Amino acid sequence: MENLINLFIKSIFIENMVFAYFLGMCSYLAVSKSVKTATGLGLAVIFVLGITVPVDYLLENYVLKEGALTWLSPTFAAVDLSFLSFIMFIAVIASMVQLVEMVVEKFAPVLYTQLGIFLPLIAVNCAILGGSLFMQQKAFLNIGEASVYGLGSGVGWFLAIVGIAAIREKIEYSHVPAPLKGLGITFIVTGLMGLAFMGFMGIKL
Amino acid sequence: MSDKEPLFSKKNLQLLSDPLNSSNPITVQVLGICSALAVTAQLKPSVVMSLSVVAVLAFANVIISLLRNTIPNRIRIIVQLVVIAALVILVDQVLKAFVYDVSKQLSVFVGLIITNCIIMGRLEAFALGNKPWPSFLDGIGNAAGYGAILIIVGFVRELFGSGSIWGYKVIPASWYIENGGFYANNGMMILPPMALITVGIIIWVQRSRNRKLIED
Repeated sequence: MENLINLFIKSIFIENMVFAYFLGMCSYLAVSKSVKTATGLGLAVIFVLGITVPVDYLLENYVLKEGALTWLSPTFAAVDLSFLSFIMFIAVIASMVQLVEMVVEKFAPVLYTQLGIFLPLIAVNCAILGGSLFMQQKAFLNIGEASVYGLGSGVGWFLAIVGIAAIREKIEYSHVPAPLKGLGITFIVTGLMGLAFMGFMGIKL
Repeated sequence: MSDKEPLFSKKNLQLLSDPLNSSNPITVQVLGICSALAVTAQLKPSVVMSLSVVAVLAFANVIISLLRNTIPNRIRIIVQLVVIAALVILVDQVLKAFVYDVSKQLSVFVGLIITNCIIMGRLEAFALGNKPWPSFLDGIGNAAGYGAILIIVGFVRELFGSGSIWGYKVIPASWYIENGGFYANNGMMILPPMALITVGIIIWVQRSRNRKLIED
């Protein structure tokens, strides 16, 4: 249990998707103009990451990895399908996003209209595929760890986008040099936030 | 566009040159930021990454452009993803076979070319509505504009962060403090946040030279 909590904290702060790996930057920059939409997108990302990482974990360990198919028949012990992992992961993500979209539309129509176009766009958010690829690289021991990692990464991304949205709302009132306005200053502010987040790196968990 | 148009007409050349400056995918269209920042701590991975993106984007553009009249609109995203993922798998296998150390350094970012928005963005915006040859040029141009930024950032970060270019030391050893000199590498340059700040400064320089790009 302690191990899982450590992993959760680590994936939120120390290995933050945005500040340590720059994943999901495109939507991070495009959708961070107001706190309200940023919150909606952040929640959707937590949700999708929390589902796709464990599903991809099962796929990786029971279908793709070398020897993963032995549960089907011992003759498959030498089969290594891991070169297919990119295409399988992206297919899982695209179909999960589609599924989530249909479920949300059916059971929470208010949330659905609030999220609008951002929900389908999550399929091409690199933080989601990144979560699965890091899961593959870290070789987690069981599905619990994988789910906690997925949720933690999502929460980290959520914190980052809500933070930058709040800063951008305030920065509207400042005198930024004209060529730096908009995109330029957002990059630099993100860099400074990243420096602040690096303070967490010293924490040993 | 008539069939008689020369292969390198003015319009086609513009497809190549525009993305290098006035419609640069990174600094103006804001596409493909993630990988641009993560792999640029040194020059070599930046160059390898740029070449991979050139290959994937050019061929994905051509394939989607050839298929553009047969893809049903509703499932086009998944078709595009499959084409991109297949090309990325090829690139990944080639990198693993020939430049294994760089491929290890790039880690998950080769796989992340699939979700690199620059590729989806160009497919949606250009390849779906244009013939294969202009699409090919558009792919090369945009990937080159992306690569240019990557290489500038990689160059700056490696030079100031580790005092070397392409792995070769360029700052004389006698300059370093430990050898009685005055110079020390700026360790901060190789940390992730400095990539963001470097790109921010590139945007600043570009926009102050080309004032049409300034946002209000």
